[in-house]
Amino acid sequence: MNADFSSRLQQLLSKGEFAVTSECGPPRGADSEIVNKKGLLLKGYVDAVNVTDNQTAIVRMSSIAAGAHLLKIGLEPVMQMVTRDRNRIALQSDILGAYSLGIQNILCLSGDHQIFGSQPDAMNVFDIDSMNLIRMVRTMHREGKDMSGFELNGSPRMFIGAAANPFADPFEYRVIRLAKKIDAGADFIQTQCVFNMDRFKKFMTMAREEGLTEKVYILAGITPLKSEGMARYMSKKVAGIEMPEELIKRMASVPKKKAAEEGIKISLETIEELREIDGIHGIHIMAIEWEEIVGEIVAAAGLMPRPQ
Amino acid sequence: MIVGEQKPIAEIKKIVGTASKLLILGCGTCVKTCFAGGEDEVATLASALRLAFRIEGKEIEIEEFTVERQCENEFIQESASAIAGNDAVLSLACGAGVQAVARRFFETPVLPGVNTTFIGVLESQGVFTEECSGCGNCELAIFGGICPITRCSKKLLNGPCGGSVQGICEVNPEIECAWQLIIQRLTALGQLDNLRIYIPPKNWSSSNSGGPRKLIREDHFI
Repeated sequence: MNADFSSRLQQLLSKGEFAVTSECGPPRGADSEIVNKKGLLLKGYVDAVNVTDNQTAIVRMSSIAAGAHLLKIGLEPVMQMVTRDRNRIALQSDILGAYSLGIQNILCLSGDHQIFGSQPDAMNVFDIDSMNLIRMVRTMHREGKDMSGFELNGSPRMFIGAAANPFADPFEYRVIRLAKKIDAGADFIQTQCVFNMDRFKKFMTMAREEGLTEKVYILAGITPLKSEGMARYMSKKVAGIEMPEELIKRMASVPKKKAAEEGIKISLETIEELREIDGIHGIHIMAIEWEEIVGEIVAAAGLMPRPQ
Repeated sequence: MIVGEQKPIAEIKKIVGTASKLLILGCGTCVKTCFAGGEDEVATLASALRLAFRIEGKEIEIEEFTVERQCENEFIQESASAIAGNDAVLSLACGAGVQAVARRFFETPVLPGVNTTFIGVLESQGVFTEECSGCGNCELAIFGGICPITRCSKKLLNGPCGGSVQGICEVNPEIECAWQLIIQRLTALGQLDNLRIYIPPKNWSSSNSGGPRKLIREDHFI
């Protein structure tokens, strides 16, 4: 691959650096200052920032536009793109547009079903699934062609990410699905938040046995808990999150004022354990509406300064 | 079968509007089986409407008639004289039946009394489930006989999303995860290797995305 065209995230991972990414949810409005503000909280602490694509099916500033704002303030975006809202024509067009604006990383997702959002009356698209989105981006990158086989005038050389959820069912199938995503063209993987370390380790063992950790960079998901209530909410309401009861009890065992501190402690312990797992190439910190804590976690985890 | 559900009385009253002579036209095939528009439902709806209009002091004559299938001309013809004697027809067929009748009786309003919901099966007494989207290019062979296009909330063709937990879809606890069902069936069939097969993007041109469809069987032309 031509290094001139690779993203910084790609360069760091290929050099064997332990990568740190985080997340920035665009605003429910057109105010770019909100993006800049959130971005500046992360600047210097992370290698790249995921920009979510209308997450939970709530209308927000597009991930392309918010990604372009982040580029202007010197942050490298990972543009999330879901197949819920766009057919293959719109997906390809937006990928070309995003790359033309300087966006070099993409995370390919199917997206939260619109029933969870503020406009459940909407029609969904799901013309293609995330597997085929990954493959489409790879074809555009490697072969310089769109899905029709048309030779593009300038191919988008995106560094391709995909999601993996080791905590969803059926468990045995999760590694097969990971393998399929790698075959489709995923360069890196960001996982669902790790709370159940035993299950995650089992998943990683299976991935190693299949030789997958040699083929892809895996960034493990971290979400700092703010309170016992948040732990309970995530456990009950967020599909695909597995929250061990002892973590909820641990959050409940400290006075309310100290709960956030305890949550950060849990995150740091998790990061330490993750760094010991063979095949983990970095972490992806999803501090939901708590961007200001990311820097503190990265620093306390001994991951500063970030490599240049 | 085509599964449908009768519209609420309040909506039907609104749809019927000012008609003073109304024919309620039933259909004796799919919508009969799902208790939406067969002879029995025609009779029940006619009584309910008569009562509802009487309470409001509105004069209306309601006639009842049911044909075997409203989607076939030879059966529709049987209703010709009943239709001729009324101002409007309230069809309890699926959307195809309503249109087929409307096409043949161009100057009579043919109104829908049923919401057509899906192509489905009678899972158990009183329970109907959607199983087919009529995409025009059946790929059930590879999926162990379970259709992910219809039964996965995201139409995923390459395995379950991250929202499948203990066999249940994240969208609604009433929905079984199609991919969990596919995996169970492929296990039973000894075809688990199918899961590793990459399924390319679906060609939707054979579906409604390619425009309204027409099937021509010249061998059956008379």
